[in-house]
Formats: sequence, structure tokens, C-alpha cells
Amino acid sequence: MITEGLLSLLSGFGNLQWSNGVMIIVGCALLYLGIKKGMEPLLLVPIGFGAILVNIPLAGLMEKDGLLRYFYDAGVLTEIFPCLIFVGIGAMTDFGPLLENPRILLLGGAGQFGIFLTLLLALLLGFTKLESVAIGIIGACDGPTAIYVTSKYAPHMLGAVSVAAYCYMSMVPIIQPPIMRALTSLEERKIVMKYEKKKVAPSVKIIFPIAVTLVTGLIAPMGTPLMGTLMLGNLLKESGVADRLVKASQNEIANVVTLLLGISIGATMAGPVFLKPQTLMILGLGLVAISLDTVMGIFLAKLMNFLTGGKVNPLIGAAGISAFPMSARVVQVEGQRANKKNYLLMHAMGANTGGQIGSVLAAAVMLSLLKGMGIV
Amino acid sequence: MTNLEFGLTFTVIGMGGTLIILFLISLVVDVLNKYLPGHESKKEQTAQ
Repeated sequence: MITEGLLSLLSGFGNLQWSNGVMIIVGCALLYLGIKKGMEPLLLVPIGFGAILVNIPLAGLMEKDGLLRYFYDAGVLTEIFPCLIFVGIGAMTDFGPLLENPRILLLGGAGQFGIFLTLLLALLLGFTKLESVAIGIIGACDGPTAIYVTSKYAPHMLGAVSVAAYCYMSMVPIIQPPIMRALTSLEERKIVMKYEKKKVAPSVKIIFPIAVTLVTGLIAPMGTPLMGTLMLGNLLKESGVADRLVKASQNEIANVVTLLLGISIGATMAGPVFLKPQTLMILGLGLVAISLDTVMGIFLAKLMNFLTGGKVNPLIGAAGISAFPMSARVVQVEGQRANKKNYLLMHAMGANTGGQIGSVLAAAVMLSLLKGMGIV
Repeated sequence: MTNLEFGLTFTVIGMGGTLIILFLISLVVDVLNKYLPGHESKKEQTAQ
């Protein structure tokens, strides 16, 4: 009787598979990156801890009636968490630099090329159509968008896609500079872009989120939950009459949902499911996606530079991704490295906020195309 | 539809669609900036 009781206390060790052990180490590695290296700590810490929790044998956290299963089913499968995060992001974003120079929005489109080119690559590597869409969306450089699309069409890949998206987003200052230097000449990087602050009417800032929601919703309606929640948050902010809701969106809602979202994603990283060659391919393709975003953004900025007779510094094209504001800061640093008098930050901020809209829009177009082509 | 056909169609329409919609949004912003110039709040204050 006593022996049986003691043995039951050791049953966790008895049921520990090698893959659980490896994933507990992976979880600890994510915690290390978040805590010691400061890489997206708000997400990598709960994701890492979720990965540890779900790999404890017999705890049953992701089984029916398990704690993490409730969070996952209620928030991720229903797509509520990513949409709530978007309300917070919208409430934190100032589209002012973009509204001052709206053409820069196109750079936010070029920064999404990586999504589609990586999708092609994933198809060629043998992934299914929906899996390829989920892999390509890592190139959106936008965690909630990646989670939204993946949970909808390839939930079995959610852990790998989310970890790739958030890790690479935090590695933008490492990934982008070598590409930027390789694709631009010193003369191009030295180009000074004048910045004259133009006053944007408060009414334009209020109408903008409504107009974007209507234009994108009518053309690509499947993405309305994403764009709608992003623009709702921004409308709350710009309206100036809903301070309590803005503060709640920026703080309480965003914080609680980030915690639950992170731990739910970590909970999809159970060893037997996660440890497959496919996961390594997803991580590799994610890196390709973000690199291609940078390449295509720079190429479009080079074209703009050519068309404007040398007035656009091609570096700002690299900021056309959703990783805000890291990417804009990288552009500023690289610009000043080439020319100390160069101040590209505001132009890059415009491209960067354009990238935020571009990434959600690219996802919306993808979702609508999938439906239109009868794939889903 | 083969995977390659799907991928190419998706890439061309998807990327083209994204850029066209962004261009449309930029036109909308141009129109808004034109008809609602930035000094409007100042004007309102003066009128009051």
C-alpha cells in the first residue's frame, strides 16, 4: 500500500517521454531569450512557461477540461484573443506620419511580398495549400495576424508559426541590417530625406480608421475582424472622447489577453506534436519570409527613388513591415551610419505604420481569396 | 488546380490586390487631406 502510494508520486517521471524532455528544454530556452535577452518578453515568457506546463506528463492541461484547453478553445480557436490584441495595438498606434505622406503606404504593401513568395516556396516543399498560407503569414511580421490565420486554417502548426513570428520580429535588428547594406550603395544610404511636419486635421485622423475599415471590408470582407478591431482601437484613440476605453485597451485588455494568448500558444507545443522535421522547415521558411519582405521593400523604395529623381532613401523600404517600431529604428540607425546628418525616423515610422496596415490587409486578401477560390 | 497554379495565382492576385487597396487608401487620405486641411482646428478656435 505504502509502496503503491510512493510509486504514484513518481508516475510523472515514468510517463515522461524524450520529446517532453526536449520541449521542456525548449521552453526554458524561450524563457532565457525573454528574460535574459529581452526578446519579446511579454510573449516569450508565457509561451515558454506554457510549453513547460503542457509537457508535464499526466497534468492533462490540454486535455478535455484541462485549464489551458479552456483558454485555447475560448480565445484562440474562436480568434477572440488576436482580435482583442488588435484593439490594443490600434489604440497605441499613431498613423500621423502615414497620413502626412500617404504614398508611403505602398511601402507597407511591398513589405508583404515575403508572405506570398514564401507561400510559393512552402507549396514547392510539399506543404498543403492551407499550411502554406499559414507559413507565408509569418512574413506579415505580425504576431496576432499570424495566430489568427494559422488557428483558422492550420491549428496543428500554431505553436511553430507563432514562435517563429515572435522570435523573428524581435530579431529584426539582427536580420535586416545585412540585407539593407547588401542591397543599397553607400550613396543611396546617404540620401537625405527632408521632413517637414504637415499638420493633419483631427477630423482626418478620425475618418481614417472608418474609411480604411470600409474600403478593406468591402473588398476583402474575410479580414474584417482583424482590420475592424485594429481600426476600432485607433478610432477610440483619435476620437478623444473615450479615454477610459483607450487606457483599458492599451493596458488591462492588452495585458490580460497577451498573457492568456502566450500561455495558450505555449500549450500547443507538446513534444510529440511539435518535434517534427516540419517544425524546423517552418522556422526556416519564416526567416526567408521576413528577409524577402525586407528585400522587396527596399526594391520598391529604390523604384520610388528613381521615379522621384533621387529624393527617396531606399533604406526606408525596409521599414514597410509590421514590426513596429523596431524596423523604423533600424532604418534610422543605418541611415545615420552612412550619413550622420540623416534623419529618416519619421519617414520610416510612416512606412512602418503602413506595414501594420499592409500586413493585416495582406491577410484579409488571403482569407478572401481562399474563400473565393473555393479552398475553404 | 495544382499547387503551383494555386501558388502563382494566389501570389499575383494577393500581392496585386494588397497594393491596389493600399493605393486606394492613400487616395482616400489625399482627398481627406485636401478637403479637411490641417489648420481646420485653428480656424474653429478662431471662430469661437
